[in-house]
Amino acid sequence: MNVLEKEVNQEETQKHTMTKLAIICSKGSLDMAYPGLILANAARMCGVEATLFFTFWGLDIVNKKKIDHLHLTFVGNPSVPVPAMIAGLPGMEGIATTMMKREMEKLDIPSIREMLEILDDAGAEMYGCQMAMDMFKLEKDDLVPQVKEIITAMDFMDLAADAQIIFI
Amino acid sequence: MTTATYTHVAMDKDGYLLNPTEWTMDLGEAIADDLNIQLTPDHWRLINFAREDFASKGQSPGLRRIAQQTGVAIKQIYLLFPKGPGKLIAKIAGVPKPKSCL
Repeated sequence: MNVLEKEVNQEETQKHTMTKLAIICSKGSLDMAYPGLILANAARMCGVEATLFFTFWGLDIVNKKKIDHLHLTFVGNPSVPVPAMIAGLPGMEGIATTMMKREMEKLDIPSIREMLEILDDAGAEMYGCQMAMDMFKLEKDDLVPQVKEIITAMDFMDLAADAQIIFI
Repeated sequence: MTTATYTHVAMDKDGYLLNPTEWTMDLGEAIADDLNIQLTPDHWRLINFAREDFASKGQSPGLRRIAQQTGVAIKQIYLLFPKGPGKLIAKIAGVPKPKSCL
């Protein structure tokens, strides 16, 4: 590749390079927690700024009491490989969660708690939603220390002004 | 600017070496220079691990694996490669983009 081609390529790369990603995490089930955290981590590994905003049930992901007990949701999930009647039986979600965690351990996928530590070390910024905190009667101390601040939706707009936004 | 030292090697559109066997230490230095990274022994420790791991496993290590195997903390790795260690280590080491998401 000659120098000119390289310059052209660099220009193209710059044109398509994302510089900032903001992810809104609004769900607290295990299967909805991972995607946001993995994407934020991928962003940081690529040198993209990453901001995570935890709101509504998404606060469970950063809630000290709940972080280690997130589980799968079966009801209303058409991808579950068992009939809805059986999927809704007590204990089913617990069994499936245990099975999934075992598989993830085999693949060396970090726990949610460890994912948050990795994200913090990687320089991702995490925020809790003021309104949801009030609704669930939570204080900042109820959240893991990686959460930097409790902010409002309008604060989030400022933080995400020049970012690509993903809602999960 | 040492661009001239590697205009003869083939790279993909994202800047990863197409043929890892063409890599030399000088080439690694030149690529790092282009990415505005001044390589120190701490950088080389990670780059060398990526090369060794690619040679033995046949695939580029993800960042988590690099951290676990070298014992260098994630935080430290980001200080060394602030503009995205996941990509930069692989580019300088002349190995493909890691397939791992972690």
